[in-house]
Amino acid sequence: MIGGLFIYNHKGEVLISRVYRDDIGRNAVDAFRVNVIHARQQVRSPVTNIARTSFFHVKRSNIWLAAVTKQNVNAAMVFEFLYKMCDVMAAYFGKISEENIKNNFVLIYELLDEILDFGYPQNSETGALKTFITQQGIKGQHQTKEEQSQITSQVTGQIGWRREGIKYRRNELFLDVLESVNLLMSPQGQVLSAHVSGRVVMKSYLSGMPECKFGMNDKIVIDKQGKGGTTDDPGKSELGGSGKQSIAIDDCTFHQCVRLSKFDSERSISFIPPDGEYELMRYRTTKDIILPFRVIPLVREVGRTKLEVKVVIKSNFKPSLLAQKIEVRIPTPLNTSGVQVICMKGKAKYKASENAIVWKIKRMAGMKESQISAEIELLPTNDKKKWARPPISMNFEVPFAPSGLKVRYLKVFESKLNYSDHDVIKWVRYIGRSGIYETRC
Amino acid sequence: MEWASQLCENRGLGSKMTDSKYFTTTKKGEIFELKAELNSDKKEKKKEAVKKVIASMTVGKDVSALFPDVVNCMQTDNLELKKLVYLYLMNYAKSQPDMAIMAVNTFVKDCEDPNPLIRALAVRTMGCIRVDKITEYLCEPLRKCLKDEDPYVRKTAAVCVAKLHDINAQLVEDQGFLDTLKDLISDSNPMVVANAVAALSEIAESHPNSNLLDLNPQTINKLLTALNECTEWGQIFILDCLANYMPRDDRESQSICERVTPRLSHANSAVVLSAVKVLMKFMEMLPKDLDYYGTLLKKLAPPLVTLLSAEPELQYVALRNINLIVQKRPEILKHEMKVFFVKYNDPIYVKLEKLDIMIRLASQANIAQVLAELKEYATEVDVDFVRKAVRAIGRCAIKVEQSAERCVSTLLDLIQTKVNYVVQEAIVVIKDIFRKYPNKYESVIATLCENLDSLDEPEARAAMIWIVGEYAERIDNADELLESFLEGFHDESTQVQLQLLTAIVKLFLKKPTETQELVQQVLSLATQDSDNPDLRDRGYIYWRLLSTDPVAAKEVVLAEKPLISEETDLIEPTLLEELICHIGTLASVYHKPPSAFVEGSRGVQHKRIPARAGSGESAESSDVGQSGPSEAPPAVIPSQGDLLGDLLNLDLAPPTATVPSVQPSMQMGAMDLLGGGLDSLMGDDSDTPGGRTEVQSPQPSSDYRERELGGDIGGSPSMGAGLGAAPAAMPASLGAAPAVGGGLGDLFDLGGGVGMPTGSYVAPKTVWLLAMKGKGLEISGTFARRGGIIQMDLTLTNKAMSVMTDFAIQFNRNSFGLAPAGPLQVLTPLSPNQTIDVSLPLSTSGPVMKMEPLNNLQVAVKNNIDVFYFSCQYPLSLLFVEDGKMDRQVFLATWKDIPNENEAHFQIKDIHLNSDVASNKLQGSNIFTIAKRTVEGQDMLYQSVKLTNGIWVLAEMRIQTGNPNYTLSIRCRAPEVCQFVYLCYELVLKN
Repeated sequence: MIGGLFIYNHKGEVLISRVYRDDIGRNAVDAFRVNVIHARQQVRSPVTNIARTSFFHVKRSNIWLAAVTKQNVNAAMVFEFLYKMCDVMAAYFGKISEENIKNNFVLIYELLDEILDFGYPQNSETGALKTFITQQGIKGQHQTKEEQSQITSQVTGQIGWRREGIKYRRNELFLDVLESVNLLMSPQGQVLSAHVSGRVVMKSYLSGMPECKFGMNDKIVIDKQGKGGTTDDPGKSELGGSGKQSIAIDDCTFHQCVRLSKFDSERSISFIPPDGEYELMRYRTTKDIILPFRVIPLVREVGRTKLEVKVVIKSNFKPSLLAQKIEVRIPTPLNTSGVQVICMKGKAKYKASENAIVWKIKRMAGMKESQISAEIELLPTNDKKKWARPPISMNFEVPFAPSGLKVRYLKVFESKLNYSDHDVIKWVRYIGRSGIYETRC
Repeated sequence: MEWASQLCENRGLGSKMTDSKYFTTTKKGEIFELKAELNSDKKEKKKEAVKKVIASMTVGKDVSALFPDVVNCMQTDNLELKKLVYLYLMNYAKSQPDMAIMAVNTFVKDCEDPNPLIRALAVRTMGCIRVDKITEYLCEPLRKCLKDEDPYVRKTAAVCVAKLHDINAQLVEDQGFLDTLKDLISDSNPMVVANAVAALSEIAESHPNSNLLDLNPQTINKLLTALNECTEWGQIFILDCLANYMPRDDRESQSICERVTPRLSHANSAVVLSAVKVLMKFMEMLPKDLDYYGTLLKKLAPPLVTLLSAEPELQYVALRNINLIVQKRPEILKHEMKVFFVKYNDPIYVKLEKLDIMIRLASQANIAQVLAELKEYATEVDVDFVRKAVRAIGRCAIKVEQSAERCVSTLLDLIQTKVNYVVQEAIVVIKDIFRKYPNKYESVIATLCENLDSLDEPEARAAMIWIVGEYAERIDNADELLESFLEGFHDESTQVQLQLLTAIVKLFLKKPTETQELVQQVLSLATQDSDNPDLRDRGYIYWRLLSTDPVAAKEVVLAEKPLISEETDLIEPTLLEELICHIGTLASVYHKPPSAFVEGSRGVQHKRIPARAGSGESAESSDVGQSGPSEAPPAVIPSQGDLLGDLLNLDLAPPTATVPSVQPSMQMGAMDLLGGGLDSLMGDDSDTPGGRTEVQSPQPSSDYRERELGGDIGGSPSMGAGLGAAPAAMPASLGAAPAVGGGLGDLFDLGGGVGMPTGSYVAPKTVWLLAMKGKGLEISGTFARRGGIIQMDLTLTNKAMSVMTDFAIQFNRNSFGLAPAGPLQVLTPLSPNQTIDVSLPLSTSGPVMKMEPLNNLQVAVKNNIDVFYFSCQYPLSLLFVEDGKMDRQVFLATWKDIPNENEAHFQIKDIHLNSDVASNKLQGSNIFTIAKRTVEGQDMLYQSVKLTNGIWVLAEMRIQTGNPNYTLSIRCRAPEVCQFVYLCYELVLKN
């Protein structure tokens, strides 16, 4: 198991050091600094073995977190724990910076004592931790016996992520479907690879211990209901599949609040949500992706010292919707001496330091197209190496889910309190962003 | 502390005071000041002071002098202050054990506190104080806490047992904590269960053979129930523990798999990987024709792909594991090539791993896409990555024949870029392509030759020289090209020198007329002016070959080369299996067994995948091994720069096993020469393909030549004369060689420095029949195997008063069908007090009946007086045949094939031999060493033995330097022989 945990600043000075196992000595702190933080070359692996001691590290801005061990630990677990540690710290004091860590070092030690025992990660849900690890540090004395046992039962309980007795005057929840669409397209417009990785982020402000059920247009569920529904309840099946096509989800993973065995057997997503913001699920799709933009490149070499580039972008979604923050990045050869750009819409600039023409458009409606043309002057060189023509990449944001995912319902049941599903105010928002969206030219 | 003070200045006086101010005390006399503050009456001041102490401790300052003062602050109802004091205690208690006792009372008191958080805190901290005296006081509170009403206290106490065990294992056992811990597996609270499982697993690791984690279907059921309810971390502990369980049958295996699969959708990658580990291991037991087996395979792919959208560090861990999974079960991810395409902003460690997996997944179906990608990568910036991409193109060509042509043209395009390291890498892989597809792509040689001048890396130079030598007849100016290298011969690295030597000899054999001068020059450079023994020896061999028999030389040097195999960099199957059992852990990241990087006994036990149930494989006779299993894994060829090979120090030299059984003793020398001698002579070649082919080729045809070569050198009496031109610097051992074939063994014995096996060990005779019982006839005897013939050596003594005649012998039916192959040759009558020695040849074609013990032999001896019966036991080594050296590949496959339960482990104590001597000794008794691996100072010998009845026995012997005890693991389809084989080992090694 984890033998020790160190936090360093960018200079390699120790901010936090907590040793859990006897086999890790103080020299381990220095070994990591010398061999990794101060190493001349770029870091070639997140796991380093120095003198039979393994170091796992992650970096957040210029803070290094390192876990140390001499055993054959579960490596995936160590990294998951380090990320979790970052989340917990962020939930307590915001950004992970040298200043914040120094200002909260007592708190961090207290947290480390609680969430890592003898190197074994323990409950690290901030919802639970915040009930008894507080910056005031005085809560312990004024708790009643019931409060105390409530804390311990929550920390060790099945629903470790939520405490009892949460009350809101207004029960409200927000669902954000955030997708990033990735594309690699050949110059001829053939899709080489495309996939969407999506996340459903939920912000819940609900009283009590609400039981939630989340439904989306998952093909497997819709097909199943379609079959069952035709005989039992034709009206319902019509509603379920009313014109909206369903989507095939390649794979999804869930927050630990979701009952996985239930998903496995019935494919229903039911859970008691943590309070506040958290990521309910992640998913991945590869079929029938709506590609919001198509890029059509045309590069012509005119002699040895000139290139002509023409790029057309076409938006491919409902005309009523607006895409935002559109940016097209057209790479230029290293020996570019000058560029003339003409574009119909937005602004375009040649950025010599980035070896690219950057074309920005604030907004663009669906089913439109726009064009840029550029003349690139080249310096004659002796370099025999051909210009590799990196792909043209694109950034954008659209108000729909490129995977086609639709939230069908999110039902809330709280039997003990007097509010029903209808009383909960629900908000759903879809945002599609470009991931790596490239067209080769 | 510099940063701290700066920070404080920046903040100024008016700003809000926060904890960072505690980092600021750097003045002289601070300890004194702190002391005063710690003893202050004001609570707030005390707390501030303790914070300062902890801050100093963090940055590595010694504040142990404040121990009594800090401990004095422990008695407080302020929880925050208490925690700080505890933190201090954990750090310094060990250096001040006597003072630490001062704290005990408070701990004990706190363990009784009404607040469960304080009870838990006390027991948690106490376990971290590694002072013997404190641990004594810990026992009672711990016992109470293990049964506390509050689950939070129980889960903390469970971990505390592991802590205490780490300090004093005996104490934990004596106090019965292990049983209490086992009881906690049935606790109602899932987190208590999870921590108990974690603690027990850790304790069990240091007691490899204890049945601590008594996993049975009931406990497994409890664990699976807790799995659904506990925290993500708890799920990991439980899954890792489940992975150690061996289900009883395929049905149980399936039901566990069914309950584990939902975990594949967990957001925590470690949960997913641990679930994958359980499934990969247990599915091995499922019959392949089962529907569920197919379903499971399909279910595994999506979560593995999803892992690639995690943070880069986790992606790295996932990719290292996928690399193993793809080798074990390529079918899982065969359609997922695209997800391994490298992204522009992937960290370099992710890129390199993805590339590796892409090559593994490359097939005819996706090769076009893969090649297009690889070509893109070859234009990237990172040199390592580009090199690997170029090499990958070559590997694709070798792996997918249909793509070879495109790969070659892609490589040529890359050579045109003239980027130095790209060109060199491309030439190295083109050489491999030539090896795989001879006489197909030679048209590109001209282009390669153009780049001769730009090659500055030894590997590329060696490859180019090999190409020139190999195709000398097609390159008009081959002699000029090679001559140009010769100028700086002594500045070249060894591999280039060796390659140049071989290439010029090839050239000479192909175009003798124009290149005589050149070959003279290189031979004298290699033999006279070089002090590298490998180079010199190779030079001599060529020289002699050329001067004695050019025809033979041609046959040897220009021998047809075996094709290289398709798959490269595969992990050895046994290691792969072990690593699959370690999915998710560091071992799977390093691709090394835990014993290679973990100190002490922890984790050293080998994990194995369970065997497939049913199918009756174990009933199959042992000839599976001989007939070469159809699923034999592809050959493992080492690739230079391959991290894995380096790390594991795998001895991947091709097998030397192909020499057919040779008559013993006299020809033993020749065999050794071929086995060890030439190998070590040409040892450096293993990284240059040319050399490897010629001399170490595992193909029978060239093997034959090798033997001829050996014979020629030693056997020719005119050796000295034939080498008239040979310089005087000839190695002494060669020069002094006696000219008879018999001397060959000695000669190479000297040269190779390898001890010669002296034939099998023969035990001293023991008395089998006492004179009292034999009416005056005393028989003592022993068994020996000489030259493949089993002999029973008997000494008959007549202790009676009368003459004995008419001797005859008969055996009862026995386990291996031993029977006299001739009559007992006692030709003259045995007079009183006379003793005679007789050797009786035995055959193994007699009737068979299983005996108890297995090696028992019941004998009847008749003479003119009576018939006498006695029984004796023969060493099993009697039955070890001379052709018991198994092919390496077959060995690996067979080892894998034999079910785990057939493995037996033994300790051979008090042997003070190094592994080479031991292996030589064993070879004398027909226990053949097939391969040797050295991991962390531990030699592992893999050995095979074949019995007269065709049973193969495979063994792994571990020898730790400096440890006189060897560990022997024996696998055999007939497990009952293991014990006897072990006895033979002991007998042979101890004598």
